[in-house]
Amino acid sequence: MIDVVLPYHLSTLAGTGRRVSLEVAGPVTQRAVLDALEETYPMLRGTVRDPATGCRRPFVRFFACEEDLSHEPPDLPLPPAVATGEEPFCVVGAMAGG
Amino acid sequence: MAGVRVLVGTQKGGFVLTSDGRRTDWEVVGPLFGGWEVYHVTGSPADPDRLYASQSTGWFGQLIQRSDDGGRSWQPADNQFAYRGDPGTHQWYDGTPHPWEFARVWHLEPSPTDPDTVFAGVEDAALFKSTDGAASWTELDGLRTHRSGPGWQPGAGGMCVHTVLIDPTDHDRLHVAISAAGVFRSADGGRKWEPANRGLRSEGIPDPDAEVGHCVHRIARHPDRPDVLFMQKHWDVMRSDDGGDSWKEVSGDLPSDFGFPISVHAHEPDTVYVVPITSDSMHFPPDGRLRVYRSRTGGHEWEPLARGLPQGDCYVNVLRDAMAVDGLDPCGVYFGTTGGQVYASADAGDTWHALVRDLPRVLSVEVQTLQ
Repeated sequence: MIDVVLPYHLSTLAGTGRRVSLEVAGPVTQRAVLDALEETYPMLRGTVRDPATGCRRPFVRFFACEEDLSHEPPDLPLPPAVATGEEPFCVVGAMAGG
Repeated sequence: MAGVRVLVGTQKGGFVLTSDGRRTDWEVVGPLFGGWEVYHVTGSPADPDRLYASQSTGWFGQLIQRSDDGGRSWQPADNQFAYRGDPGTHQWYDGTPHPWEFARVWHLEPSPTDPDTVFAGVEDAALFKSTDGAASWTELDGLRTHRSGPGWQPGAGGMCVHTVLIDPTDHDRLHVAISAAGVFRSADGGRKWEPANRGLRSEGIPDPDAEVGHCVHRIARHPDRPDVLFMQKHWDVMRSDDGGDSWKEVSGDLPSDFGFPISVHAHEPDTVYVVPITSDSMHFPPDGRLRVYRSRTGGHEWEPLARGLPQGDCYVNVLRDAMAVDGLDPCGVYFGTTGGQVYASADAGDTWHALVRDLPRVLSVEVQTLQ
């Protein structure tokens, strides 16, 4: 199982906790994890990835293993610790304010 | 006894304010979708329990929420607003071509007769329609692909379809208003569109009398007179007596003819309300005094309505979708401010009181009259 940490607004929207566990078939990539996330929680479609382009929304970030993976290709395998469930894949709303 | 439900969209969530027909005691429920921008919440005229809400943020995009029980519970509906075909470009602020990009839903307009049919006016300017209760959306792309579309340019607030009017006597007759392209109308349910801006004059565009390019802020009508339209433009309050064939200025003796909302009394087709603000560069009431202006003559002659409204040090604005009327007698008038107050009058504007004072910035106000 892959653990995904959601930002507050998306966990509220999905009606779940901040941390969800997902079954991901095949190689564990950003795309595969997000596909599984949207499959399990269809109300999240369009909130993490732009529905028109399929790309990460500009103010969403992906962190794992203390690394920013936001700019990694979506089909690149995620770190082994994410694939084994030791570390979560974090969906984060970009820091903004002032 | 009849009741009233006021649906308020704010920068940080939605609120539902309810009262009985006396309109003296109000229950406030919210925030709904707390922390999200709620551009619009509205109800179906055909089924008051059917509500639609536009919920968005810059982080997580657009959602549409639907309620089937008058707002007690909500379910996310379809949020895929895909332009048909290659959307091409419109003009950017600097005059260069800019790709058409969906940003958000500004306004939801349910059908007068079918709770499952609802229009969505969006930014970048386009009109979508759902006939299955927001389970899916289809663009009426005849509007966006109008020959003038590549020349449309956003106003300061973005390039949005913010007003959708359905003719109560012929539901195929539609008017929309776009910032900053102007008014367009359709006679065939939204397949073909034509500009309806003759008579508008805007000093802020290269050709003041251009066919398109006018920054129309809001249009409104009374259901008994579908061909009479009232408009609050960037500057100027306008009136059309021929369904938008032509427009005449009716600003008359207003202290400023700049403003955003405009509403028509529920029972008096010639009674119109606006909220003048100082100017295009000073979006607050003249002299810091918040006053609604009412014309009982369909324009030209206006009276200030100030009883109960702050008459000093008030520097809020009232946005284009943030004023509405109820259907009771006397007619109730409601508006929300950028300072988070929602004011109501249960006597057609003669006196006002605040239903709430400290909400987030109010983006929209709609009213349902419940039997």
